[in-house]
Amino acid sequence: MASRTAAGLLDLVGNTPLVELTRLSPKPGVQVYAKLEGQNPTGSIKDRVALALIEDAEARGELEPGRELLEPTSGNTGIALALVAKLRGYRLTCVMPENVTEERRRLLRLYGAEIVDSPGAEGSNGAVRLAQEIAAKEPRYYMPFQYGNAANPRAHYEGTGAEIAAALDRVDVLVAGLGTGGTLMGAGERLRESFPDVVIAAAEPLPGDPVMGLRSLEAGYVPPILDVSKLDRKLLVSNAEAVAGVRALLDREGVFAGVSAGAVVHVARRLAADLNEGVVVAILADGGWKYLSAPFWDAADPEEAMEADLWW
Amino acid sequence: MSVIRIPPTLRDQTGGEREVLAEGGTVRDLLDDLIGRFPGLREQLDYANVYVGGEDIRTREGYETPVAESDTVILLPAMAGG
Repeated sequence: MASRTAAGLLDLVGNTPLVELTRLSPKPGVQVYAKLEGQNPTGSIKDRVALALIEDAEARGELEPGRELLEPTSGNTGIALALVAKLRGYRLTCVMPENVTEERRRLLRLYGAEIVDSPGAEGSNGAVRLAQEIAAKEPRYYMPFQYGNAANPRAHYEGTGAEIAAALDRVDVLVAGLGTGGTLMGAGERLRESFPDVVIAAAEPLPGDPVMGLRSLEAGYVPPILDVSKLDRKLLVSNAEAVAGVRALLDREGVFAGVSAGAVVHVARRLAADLNEGVVVAILADGGWKYLSAPFWDAADPEEAMEADLWW
Repeated sequence: MSVIRIPPTLRDQTGGEREVLAEGGTVRDLLDDLIGRFPGLREQLDYANVYVGGEDIRTREGYETPVAESDTVILLPAMAGG
């Protein structure tokens, strides 16, 4: 690529590289590619979503003077929103579970966001609930609400998915982490247009008991943008499997990635092993930097080390 | 008999057990057997995601998904990330 200048940091959102993971492919006839979303300006795929959410709100006239942004997030969306909010001149408050890693909280404050804690044991569900309560009481807040906003999957349809379709002549399997469902819905829909037989696979966290502990099943949260009928596979990944994936990415390919990326690679390798030939694309949502303080990098028992905390 | 893993929120209904054994060749049969012994689970199971072999039964054959004796069935509350 020719060297070039960008008019501003937000022009560098998206167009992330696709790199082949030759050492992690289980078979010579199967190519596994990783889309390195950690190379976005704040280090995660959520830059795409944050930019889309704020541009959508501006287009609809929701962000007139005096209004502030409020969003429930387990970290990456908050950091991404904080960058976009700063550059566009808005204040931002993030509601996040108290048990996310310290790096994420510190980064948010450095970018200028306010943080409101939600109960750790309730995970992202608790952050969603608390943010909705605050937004209902205080009209100065505009809540983009990534879980229910069509701008989220649209960013992945027009960005993530379109970039993959343009880069590859063939995609047999797409694997992404299941959080809000935005990546899987948007990129999945776009890839189906180019490759009708593509298998859209979700890697889903199997949380430790303490994280599940206090939420009632009736209150289980299904993001409104997520339509499970559009998924072809939905696979649970344990913390130990996700950590094995993270370590394999770093040890064998030199890719320093986050926990959900480890889970995605675990699923990508499993599905690649079922093919005789083909192309598997794994979307790696972030880099490993925001997990440096986490106990799992050299833990003998990652499952135990990770049990009580929220990882994506 | 197959192993069913019970999430923390449902263990009140299973006498605190993290795992229980149930009989049946499909998810439907297993859950019927489970509810027969722990009737308090009936309503709450409507809100649970069910996994066989680590895969959501909605991307397999739903409640008709076959369950082998060696399979573990996992029940989980729906959860968000992001």
